[in-house]
Amino acid sequence: MSNPLQIVVCAGIVPDPLQTLEPTTGATGPGIKNELVLPAVLDPWAACALYEAAALAAKNPGSKLWLVALGPKAKLQQVMMTVAQKVAFELVPVDGPIGGFPDAHATAAALASAIESIAGLDRAKLLLFGGWESASRGAGVTLQLIGERLGIADQFFGVDQIAQIGSGEDGSFEVLERVEGGKHQVSACLGAPAVLGWATGNLPEPRNNPQIGMANMRTIMPALQKAPTAKLDANSLQYISVSLPKQQRETRVEKNMTPEEIAAELAAWIGKDS
Amino acid sequence: MESILVLTHADESGSAITRHSLEAVTAGKELAARLGVSLTIGIVAADGNRIASAVKHAGPRLLAVKGEAFAQARFASDAAACEALCRAAQATIVVAPQSSRFARVMAAVAHRVGGVIDTHIAALAGAECVEATRWFYRQRIEAVVTRTARPWFLLLDSGTHAPYSGEAGNAQVDEIAIAVELPALRTEVTGFRAPKQDEQTIRPDAKLLFVAGAGWTKKQPDGEVHVEEAGKLILGFLRASGASLGSSKSLVDQGGEGQSVLPFLTHLNQVGQTGSTPRHPKGLSTCCHGEEPHVVGWRFIAERRAISLDPNCGWTRGKADVVYIADAFQVMAKVNALLQAKS
Repeated sequence: MSNPLQIVVCAGIVPDPLQTLEPTTGATGPGIKNELVLPAVLDPWAACALYEAAALAAKNPGSKLWLVALGPKAKLQQVMMTVAQKVAFELVPVDGPIGGFPDAHATAAALASAIESIAGLDRAKLLLFGGWESASRGAGVTLQLIGERLGIADQFFGVDQIAQIGSGEDGSFEVLERVEGGKHQVSACLGAPAVLGWATGNLPEPRNNPQIGMANMRTIMPALQKAPTAKLDANSLQYISVSLPKQQRETRVEKNMTPEEIAAELAAWIGKDS
Repeated sequence: MESILVLTHADESGSAITRHSLEAVTAGKELAARLGVSLTIGIVAADGNRIASAVKHAGPRLLAVKGEAFAQARFASDAAACEALCRAAQATIVVAPQSSRFARVMAAVAHRVGGVIDTHIAALAGAECVEATRWFYRQRIEAVVTRTARPWFLLLDSGTHAPYSGEAGNAQVDEIAIAVELPALRTEVTGFRAPKQDEQTIRPDAKLLFVAGAGWTKKQPDGEVHVEEAGKLILGFLRASGASLGSSKSLVDQGGEGQSVLPFLTHLNQVGQTGSTPRHPKGLSTCCHGEEPHVVGWRFIAERRAISLDPNCGWTRGKADVVYIADAFQVMAKVNALLQAKS
């Protein structure tokens, strides 16, 4: 694509996947014990979307990239110290609660409002990126609801690839979306505006670049200071219970079987109807 | 008083309703029976009436859209179709499969009709009110939720209910064709593409999930890596057993890090935190180093066995039913020979 793009990436922050999570119930509903002090990362699939967006912007000189994120300001600042070193973007922060338990409709409303307030954003050229699901709520609906609120009529989810069609002058592109059975559905779209909820894509995580980090932080810190506060409505969502799975298995550890004995047992097990 | 609409859609060929849709019909019927309320079935397909026979006896009212535009799984046309069906049915609860086709559009549809949505529902319960079970934090925390807002859309994960199979008898069914006002269509589905590999390794309906870990590409006791042999053993097992192939993230990522890699693996095979959490009756993991994210990928596997060289591997204890401390290269070669001899 060789026409300047306006790309907005929506990305939340989530606890580092290696952390042990324990649910707890507070005054405002369920949450994760000590969530504010747990190490946090940019949501993994949304991070893929950010890297794909940056690569796309680099191919199209004059493009602009915004990162819209909702979370507690202090936590956002902490995560941005790392993320800002990866790719160049302008942060649009929204100060709000962390975690997967707030209602997705309220989250989408707050994020859509933040996108609408971006000065200089040409919504006719908007490509709205994000992860197809988060690692917290994992509902896969927030990005879609934002797109609907912004009146975007072309949406794609489980995206692994976007490529220009022809010379790319007209802005048309081809999208690969994950569908059942390990396949991709291939679609041709006339161009922006469109929503793309990314799966893993094809790009590796960019190396840290301190120069990009310093340039980003010059705009990130003032943006964080001015971040509007979002109060998220529950939209009648009630949690009856929140718990860790109780399943604990009695594991049989076989240390002394020969490969032949193991193979025979496995072949019998595979052939047996469960 | 609640009323329930179950939304279904046709498969890629357009000649049948998907199995996942039929599972949603079962869930809708069970819920309607428990609440003592009426059930309506909606069909999104190029010719919904033609494929309606599979669900004709599920509910007294059958709504269908018709038109070539609905042959394609595309946001603009599918959202318009589902919106029209919801407005026609006026249901308070909408149950639908969490398929790629409906997951792409249903939140937008809920927004259009002033409703709310919850997805990845694993179970529906409750007699006084509807209670939906779903997982948070990538299958690490389980929650039961309810809502008073209506219409409430519930997308059901696959494998949570048995597919509906038509009952005998001649039910009186109101078949209604729904007219849909389509927006300008800017997207065209041009086809499907399988990853570049010799054969399909992801089989959602397989009875067994075979998970390959990074150990397959590490140095073996002779000090060498044997990636080619590993690939042959794994593909041989998939052919002989009909299993679906999953992979740990570390194994898939090796391709991007310039290390030896199994050529048939892609990110689509990945299970766990940033991969899928498939549902299969059985699972066999091999050469996997265990961490909590890895356990996540196994959440919905009923019977689990593992082959590992590490007798102290933390994730297998309490998570797998049987762990064989052995060399997977040796074991799988013999398993393949046994399975091939049987077939």
